[in-house]
Amino acid sequence: MKLTDWRIFRAPLMKASLFLGAAVAGLTAGSAAHAQGKDPIRIGVIAEAQSVAGSSIPLGAQLAADEINAAGGVDGRKIEIVSYDNHSSSAESVRAFQRAVNEDHVNAVIASYISEVVLALEPWAARLKTVMITPGAASDVITQNIAKDYEHNKYTFHGYLTSTSIAQLVCDAAKDLLVKDYKMKTAVIMSEDAAWTTPLDASYEKCLPEAGLKVLDHIRFSPDTTDFTPIFNKIEGEKPDVMITGISHVGTQPTVQWKSQQVPIPMLGVSSQATNSTFWKDTNGATEGVLFNAVSGPDVAVTPKSLPFVSAFQKRFGNFPSYAGYTSYDEVYYIADAIHRAGTTDSDKLVDALEKTDWVGTIGRIQFQGKDTPYPHALKIGEGTITGLMLQWQDGKQVNLWPREVANGKLKFPPFIKTN
Amino acid sequence: MLFWQILIDGFAISALYALGATGFTLIFGVSGVLNLSHGALMVAAVVAAWVAGGDLGVGSYLGATIGVLVGLALTMLTYFAVVRPLQLTRKIREQEKEIFILTATLLWGIMIQELIAYLYTNNAKTVLPIVEGVVMIAGVRTPANEIFTAVICWLVIGLLWLLVNRTRAGKAVLAASMNARGVTLLGIELSFVYVAVWAIYGVLVGIAGVLLGMFLGVSSYSVGPLTASAFSIVVLGGLGSVSGSLIAAYVVGYLETITAYLVSPAYRTIPALLLLVFVMYVRPRGLLGRR
Repeated sequence: MKLTDWRIFRAPLMKASLFLGAAVAGLTAGSAAHAQGKDPIRIGVIAEAQSVAGSSIPLGAQLAADEINAAGGVDGRKIEIVSYDNHSSSAESVRAFQRAVNEDHVNAVIASYISEVVLALEPWAARLKTVMITPGAASDVITQNIAKDYEHNKYTFHGYLTSTSIAQLVCDAAKDLLVKDYKMKTAVIMSEDAAWTTPLDASYEKCLPEAGLKVLDHIRFSPDTTDFTPIFNKIEGEKPDVMITGISHVGTQPTVQWKSQQVPIPMLGVSSQATNSTFWKDTNGATEGVLFNAVSGPDVAVTPKSLPFVSAFQKRFGNFPSYAGYTSYDEVYYIADAIHRAGTTDSDKLVDALEKTDWVGTIGRIQFQGKDTPYPHALKIGEGTITGLMLQWQDGKQVNLWPREVANGKLKFPPFIKTN
Repeated sequence: MLFWQILIDGFAISALYALGATGFTLIFGVSGVLNLSHGALMVAAVVAAWVAGGDLGVGSYLGATIGVLVGLALTMLTYFAVVRPLQLTRKIREQEKEIFILTATLLWGIMIQELIAYLYTNNAKTVLPIVEGVVMIAGVRTPANEIFTAVICWLVIGLLWLLVNRTRAGKAVLAASMNARGVTLLGIELSFVYVAVWAIYGVLVGIAGVLLGMFLGVSSYSVGPLTASAFSIVVLGGLGSVSGSLIAAYVVGYLETITAYLVSPAYRTIPALLLLVFVMYVRPRGLLGRR
């Protein structure tokens, strides 16, 4: 954390001391609720504070809460964010979840960008009957579990795209950008071995041929891989027109080695770390030309709320939000909206209200799929809801290329890339 | 083609392993310390070089130099703040000191790792490369950076050999690794020898770290695997034997590269670990170990 970021603690600290003061005053007066008017709504945030993607989650949530509170709160009730660092560990996340519900009495939880963590929390959301929304995990299994046992697992909501949806968006973008414009015909899928890439790869295999790209090979590698030379050499030997990526735990290393080995094949797909504004610096600029799927971009007005959010975030925290920062910001807003509509924080009624969510956020229009669909509580995608973007790193900036209506640049490859 | 590819890639990665393991085995040979903060020191050097090259914008040469210096400074801090006090204390029995130092360096490494993750996140970092571009060798498109890595590694190992075998100070170090008491009888201050060895180790760690950062990149997660890889190379080669470590580094490096190319990159490290287990069975002191 940089020196400039110390400010982020100021507001929570002030809030904490205010709350403590109020609580003490309330105890002496007999009831805290009377002293404050109404109980605050508490939202627990469990996230990976040490990773670039995860560190934006509590910050985005706090920003939303402060904006809502400044505007008078939800029916007079303030929103309070209680955040927990899970050190990227499922076990610590479960402990944090139990503590959030049993000791800190939160009304809902926003949790993690790692699918394995969210899958570990899902049964706990069911047991403790507490609404949980993930701002960044992608595995389809999260919502498949809800389909299997709705009554039990209905407390979980998927606030980010499922892997299947992401793959579909990547294929759509590849069709427009590569097949139509560059006449590309073949692809190799290259992805890390993790829970979220299993459905992603399965969907890639299906939708890439439909988009006009023949899949020549499918390479899955361990997320511990440090030397990508053999992988790139193998792919190059198969002579595909493009590499379709599915990477999140790794990012810097394959990108830097792609550049230093001058692998002549472009990379397009999911590269979560590339969505971070710091990725240019992390890779010393090696990311020039990398194409990556995202739900948002720093200069892209996906909705009228996107750019004001980015500038408020940047002004307050000194850096740009990661993709999970956008979604956690939206989540606080639509949780607040659902509580307002339900008129209560009772979990079952909150679930009913959340299912009826129709909220224009920073990444698009948020609506959840119904309980009779194969992916209940997953975000609806497509025109009118969330379309996603395809961005490219160009000269230190993330430039949006697709969909063309919101594009602010043109596809450009570094000199070592060979296209026909 | 594949043959040349394996030969070239394996050579570079092995050279890097060799450099990393040399320092590790040197301090064990001379002062009997197994430094489990090894990986953390390397990662700290990389992050320092990354910060210097990126945030401070000092360029690749100065950035790399700063990385090496931070590696050296942190190594000396490890010695004076963690290892030395434990060696000198009378509160711990002599025969228990080894395990105390082992635990202390392990914890020290974790502290450095967590601090790096806290300050600079656990995302991987890479050092601004000194040389860029690619060179064709026998039809293999090789990054110039990879050649640079191998050349610097061998240059440093060569200089170390000269230092140890051709200079008076180096011979004292060699003597101390054979018989510490004998060295003191010759009127050489043993504590100076230790400081000198740790300083040499610090420079080796810094250079190995910065080169690794340029070649592959590291994150705070790499701390454990880096220590483990140095440890297994050194055990395979024979604890305390520098030439054993060099041979072991090449055995491990090529075994990994061959596996990655011919079997699957996912199983890269497995055969080398199986070999280690096998060697432990038939020759517990390692390839060139004395004990």
